[in-house]
Amino acid sequence: MLYRENGQFKTSYAADQQIFPILQDRWAIGLLLLAAFVAMPMLGSEYFFRAILIPFLILALAALGLNILVGYCGQISLGTGAFMAVGAYAAYNFMVRIDGMPLIGAMLLGGLSATVIGVLFGIPSLRIKGLYLAVATLAAQFFTDWAFLRIGWFTNNSTSGSVSVGNLSVFGIALDSPVSKYLFCLSVVCVFALMAKNLTRSAIGRQWMAIRDMDVAAAVIGIRPVYAKLTAFAVSSFIVGVAGVLWAFVHLGAWEPAAFSIDRSFQLLFMVIIGGLGSISGAFLGAAFMVLLPVVLDQMPHWLGIPISTATVSHLVHMIFGALIVFFLIVEPHGLAKLWSVGKQKMRLWPFPH
Amino acid sequence: MDMNDINSAASAAAGPGRRFGEVILDLQNISLRFGGVKALTDISFNVREHEIRSIIGPNGAGKSSMLNVINGVYHPQEGKILHHGQERKRLEPYMAARQGIARTFQNIALFKGMSVLDNIMTGRNLKMKSNILQMALYWGAAQKEEIAHREKVEEVIDFLEIQDVRKTPVGQLPYGLQKRVELGRALAAEPSMLLLDEPMAGMNVEEKQDMCRFILDVNDQFGTTIVLIEHDMGVVMDISDRVVVLDYGKKIGDGAPDEVRNNEDVIRAYLGTSH
Repeated sequence: MLYRENGQFKTSYAADQQIFPILQDRWAIGLLLLAAFVAMPMLGSEYFFRAILIPFLILALAALGLNILVGYCGQISLGTGAFMAVGAYAAYNFMVRIDGMPLIGAMLLGGLSATVIGVLFGIPSLRIKGLYLAVATLAAQFFTDWAFLRIGWFTNNSTSGSVSVGNLSVFGIALDSPVSKYLFCLSVVCVFALMAKNLTRSAIGRQWMAIRDMDVAAAVIGIRPVYAKLTAFAVSSFIVGVAGVLWAFVHLGAWEPAAFSIDRSFQLLFMVIIGGLGSISGAFLGAAFMVLLPVVLDQMPHWLGIPISTATVSHLVHMIFGALIVFFLIVEPHGLAKLWSVGKQKMRLWPFPH
Repeated sequence: MDMNDINSAASAAAGPGRRFGEVILDLQNISLRFGGVKALTDISFNVREHEIRSIIGPNGAGKSSMLNVINGVYHPQEGKILHHGQERKRLEPYMAARQGIARTFQNIALFKGMSVLDNIMTGRNLKMKSNILQMALYWGAAQKEEIAHREKVEEVIDFLEIQDVRKTPVGQLPYGLQKRVELGRALAAEPSMLLLDEPMAGMNVEEKQDMCRFILDVNDQFGTTIVLIEHDMGVVMDISDRVVVLDYGKKIGDGAPDEVRNNEDVIRAYLGTSH
């Protein structure tokens, strides 16, 4: 009854092609942004920002990047952790070696470095597909793990193998409190989400999807597979690289190669699959599922006042979390984003289903 | 309306008074092998501008292989292809598209995860010039371009009478409509030559009539040259200007529908011989 587009007629193609063509959606997203930018900084606790919201935002950004490659272009990658690492270490080197390098500059340069490496490791995709490509991208993971551990130059010859950055600031504003870090991450994520959405609704996004759905037909209508696949690798690794910079600089502060191990690649791939392949909101829903749910489950007995030991709780969390993954994949193999859009379709008819 | 009516209407369209241009595609002595299997042996025929040229033959005769050779999916081991009088070097499918050759597939090859609108919009990808950064910002030129092409795509949608399903994911459409969307995607590229691989396979009489009408209209209104593979002999004989007949990868007949119909070899290939 509330969610209906009745009477909202589109009189121009521009109006028909906007991101949220339905008025209620525009309201909802406006309120969400207001809550995230205004209400959250006033209400959230330090722990909430540091342990939940900031990791959620950064991993959502990485999942967004990965989703462009896997969800939109259909090229499976297990090298996400590697591309995050390239972004992080490249940005670190730009910061250390160039005096006065601003954070945003280092972040973008880190993203560009990840782009170069991403395109390089994307070249096998021109020949191989599917699981075989996934195995080939593993090479990126092992290579960067090795390079950042063994080649001293990348870590500025740090003896412990760990590197750190401090005194971050953006446009003269110091990123010293969790709130400021949160707002910075939120802004970056919003900008990239908007640009990713724009790309996927433009010609390039249609080329990616065409390659994903039927590559021979795509070539026959004039799409160059080389171009479409490598641009997907480039855009994806750029976003993933930027997420890597944020993860290392803003979330961790000090890190070593293990922060971007194969586990991270798998975690992001699961986020994308659970959230919904080929959907921008899917990246956010998947990240929320993977980051927020364990925390919520962990706190649940405490909130409900059930007296069980923390050790039992942590075992239970693993079991329930695993069961929920299976449950959601059975209910909707196309992910939470699809579940969401099905729900919206139902809402349009509710409460009169005919 | 039964099949005879549309047949007579089609005959009128294909009757005398049709204008043909020069030979725009000339295939000379094409041979194609896959390992030891000879798919095509020494085939020569040509296509003139604005004509409807059909390729017929029993199953496995090499018809689809022929189309795949024309738009660069397969590369023949022997033979020459002249396109607009110039000998064509080895070319990839996307280059054929750039030269104005569009096609549809025997088994529907739509982009299943996309809407009808997006599928047809993808057909215009060669005409869209914005770069990635402009698209990411979706501002100014990129947005204007998107809207301009949307207008063109809406013309195609109107032409094919699929306005009511433009936002539907193609996977949800019935078979006949999917075939129509695939034709739309090919038309969106504004091709000079359209290769249709069994556009009417598996359709009922009404759907066939619609598809015939679209093919004749495309040919008539836009002057698009059409190379057609079809098994329905009624349709082929009525709408084609010239027909080439293949059997076991060899050419056994070539000419106007009436000549081909009376050709001894063609009758033998289709009806068999008494031993």
